[in-house]
Amino acid sequence: MVKRRKKRMAPEKTSIFLNGRVVGNHPDGKSLANRLRERRRTNELSSQVNIYYNSKLNELHILTDKGRVRRPYIVVENGKSRLTQEILGRIKNNELNWNHLIKMGIIEYLDAQEEENSLIAISEAEITPDHTHLEVDPSNMFGVVAGVLPYPEHNSSPRITMACAMAKQSLGIYATNFGARYDTRAYIMYYPQQPLVQTNLYKALKMKHKAAGQNCIVALTSYHGYNMADAIVVNRSSVNRGLHRVAMFKTYETEERMYPGGQKDKIELPTPEVVGYRGEEAYRHLAEDGIVMPESEVGGKEVLVGKTSPPRFLEEISVFGAVEEKKRESSLSLKSGEKGKVDSVLITEGPSGNRLVKVRVRSVKIPETGDKLASRHGQKGVIGLLVPQEDMPFTQSGITPDLIVNPHAIPSRMTAGHLLETLGGKASSLGGMLMDGTAFSGSTEEEFQEILKKNGFQEHGEEVLYDGLTGKQVKVKIFIGAVYYQRLHHIVSNKMHVRSRGPVQLLTHQPTEGRAREGGLRFGEMERDCLIGYGASMLIKERLLEESDKTVQLVCTECGSIATHDYARNRDICPICQGEHVEPVEISYAFKLLLDEIKSLYIFPRIILKEKG
Amino acid sequence: MKSNKKQSVKIPAFEAVGVVCAQSIGEPGTQMTMRTFHFAGVAEHVPTGLPRLIEIVDAKKEPKKSIIDIYLKSSYARSRPEAEKIAKELASIFVSDVADVEDDLETLTIKVTFNEKDGKGQGVTFAMVKKAIESFTGEIKTDGNSITIKPAKEVKTPKKSDKEKKEKKMTAKAVRKLSQKIKDALVRGVRGIYKAVVIKGNEEYFIRAGGFNVLGACENSAVDSKRIYTNNIKEIERIYGIEAARNAIVREIKEVMDMQKLFVDIRHIMLIADAMTYAGSLKSIGRHGLSGEKVGVLGRAAFEETIKHLINASAFSEEEKLIGVTENIIVGQTVPVGTGKIKLVMKAKNRVQK
Repeated sequence: MVKRRKKRMAPEKTSIFLNGRVVGNHPDGKSLANRLRERRRTNELSSQVNIYYNSKLNELHILTDKGRVRRPYIVVENGKSRLTQEILGRIKNNELNWNHLIKMGIIEYLDAQEEENSLIAISEAEITPDHTHLEVDPSNMFGVVAGVLPYPEHNSSPRITMACAMAKQSLGIYATNFGARYDTRAYIMYYPQQPLVQTNLYKALKMKHKAAGQNCIVALTSYHGYNMADAIVVNRSSVNRGLHRVAMFKTYETEERMYPGGQKDKIELPTPEVVGYRGEEAYRHLAEDGIVMPESEVGGKEVLVGKTSPPRFLEEISVFGAVEEKKRESSLSLKSGEKGKVDSVLITEGPSGNRLVKVRVRSVKIPETGDKLASRHGQKGVIGLLVPQEDMPFTQSGITPDLIVNPHAIPSRMTAGHLLETLGGKASSLGGMLMDGTAFSGSTEEEFQEILKKNGFQEHGEEVLYDGLTGKQVKVKIFIGAVYYQRLHHIVSNKMHVRSRGPVQLLTHQPTEGRAREGGLRFGEMERDCLIGYGASMLIKERLLEESDKTVQLVCTECGSIATHDYARNRDICPICQGEHVEPVEISYAFKLLLDEIKSLYIFPRIILKEKG
Repeated sequence: MKSNKKQSVKIPAFEAVGVVCAQSIGEPGTQMTMRTFHFAGVAEHVPTGLPRLIEIVDAKKEPKKSIIDIYLKSSYARSRPEAEKIAKELASIFVSDVADVEDDLETLTIKVTFNEKDGKGQGVTFAMVKKAIESFTGEIKTDGNSITIKPAKEVKTPKKSDKEKKEKKMTAKAVRKLSQKIKDALVRGVRGIYKAVVIKGNEEYFIRAGGFNVLGACENSAVDSKRIYTNNIKEIERIYGIEAARNAIVREIKEVMDMQKLFVDIRHIMLIADAMTYAGSLKSIGRHGLSGEKVGVLGRAAFEETIKHLINASAFSEEEKLIGVTENIIVGQTVPVGTGKIKLVMKAKNRVQK
């Protein structure tokens, strides 16, 4: 039996809600909503108020809360946009600006709720009498990040997503006051450029003052296989001229900390008496106050700020009665493997009133093989080879590309926008003007082709190239143009890591983990399985024992427990059974720990020894 | 020495076949899509892909959805209507499928109203329903399309203490219970086989149904009992024995892999099936089966339930013989596999002279 659900009748009078709370009712909510909106447009009500009428429940919501996401629309009345030609003209004459338009009720912001009550036209042409609003511009559907990408309507959506993610990783000028800032890590590009193909949003946001990329001449070909699988061949001469060159700033800081008992750290040049003195060499860049001199070239584990701390435990009173303070060394030094020049030093007060020293170290990151570059179309790649200009292919007019990108990167990813930008960049440089790549309304292919033709170029952007090595003409025409490329902050020199020997962990005697700790690379379970599958028995032993935590432990042959060597009497002895028949056995330190742990479970493990073989 | 094909295909001594097998199945397993395929006709969702693979390897008592393929003797398998007739005979239909069963607790009667529409669709007549209900004790009255049953007093073997109770009338509770029983009474078909659908195979029609009652299906004379198949491996083991179960495991895993268009050498699958069945009964791969029966304490402790194994080993003073791979890695010795198994043996002197 189907139970008949009771239909909830909407109340006859409209309930009125203010920020979700009932404040009263009204006989005709719909017309009230319209009147309220009209008041908002005539500025009698704040422009930040939104009104939403729910006809199903007969509820009217007036929303003034903070945190509602709102976006602007042009108001449409009786099938006509309120933004008329006359008003547009006044805007052009700088008589009106955005805020005026809001006050005049031409533009209003809707939140998610009020949008439910409106019918929004995307273009002026499609307005009918039913429409209530007009989209300011169709490219408004994109946010700040996607809005600055050129020609997104020509790309596949996953690539747009990727392009957005990568634009956030691009290096350029992140803040115009970078010289005064002490960010823990910052990159500044040497010669940032504004893109040749821009969007309206890019201009509106004045992004060219915070540019993060350079316009590169890009040829779509292969180069001796060095740009396979998303690698990029880069013109070494361009790099030498400063292409994609970036300065890395790293800030190190240290503080004079207070300890209970009135003791304090001291920033000074440590003397050799200090416990843990690192040797004269380490302190050679320090001035008398114990802080590095700016512009000194530091590297390795050299000290930036000399600091001494009071002893960790109270010193025993010496024979002479007076307490001799043995200070500890706690200087701030550069991380191992890093080098650079001291850019500047800042001495201030920390949050708890202690003396605080910040040292900013600068190092230049010149593009090298393995660094990551990306266009604004999700076309990322790493540098595969740096080629001197003379070995690069060149055009009839003698132009060599900065980058050579593999054409295989295009078809499967469907980033036609990349190609369009190449063409647009080329037309832009020939025509001497910036091109518009705004979504849905940017400059067209035909416009570009016209400029190219006018300047005596092949209209599709293809050119005859000559092999830089042999001088022979390349048999096919190559697509070549200018594309805005970004350098992404995945820089190999910051990631490169090798280890042949190094520190081990205290507990397990196994190698440490991670680049920062000069760690080893984990030979994991699956890797181990592969060697087992291969039958490479000796190799497993080498990886898991010899190159890890091998120890020689003494084992008592009588009771099977781990024995020790008594240095005082120079003999081996089992601490459990006092037996002296003890044999050295090669085991992993982790196994010794396992035995110890099993013992803690109240289980006594015995090692039964047998002759080898 | 002539190198022939047979020699070249032979697995060398001490090859780690188990690990290679696990990797060969595990790696394509990572590529298995979450997309599931459906068997034609059977409406219910049958697990395929990874869930099914896990099910097989875990040796579950009953798969989530059992399926039975019933092939027919050649005289019935030629035409669809013939096969469909058999399918109808096999598919179980309960009273509740074709009739409304209502119990009246006031008068302590149960009324079964035959639903002609449903019955026609299933090819069930009123007489069949009546026959099914007649097996229950009680007064049966027929009225048009409905049957009223007044259940008789329970014919229980009288216990010595409750002599009075014997005389007691039918309780409301018992009527409720009985009505449930009537609902579940089989009108037609084989119990445990449902939703039978005729499918065109290679030049013949066969029936695919839910359930796994192999013996029940074979009772039908039209069924070719030599070719009947179910995906319930436990049932195959029960009826046909362990060898058949082994073959069923191979077939089922192969089918899963094929359906995902993954290629795994049949020998790897066979090794898994052998490992699961060599002991004479179905064993799962995992804690409760194969891995739980490892010889070494350390090997078991390294797998799962570490402390349980260590404590049991200590209670029985177990000795670790260091036979397995894991044990030797833990201790820090070479692994008894591949090159680690080779020992140097010297030939006797007189043989060399010869």
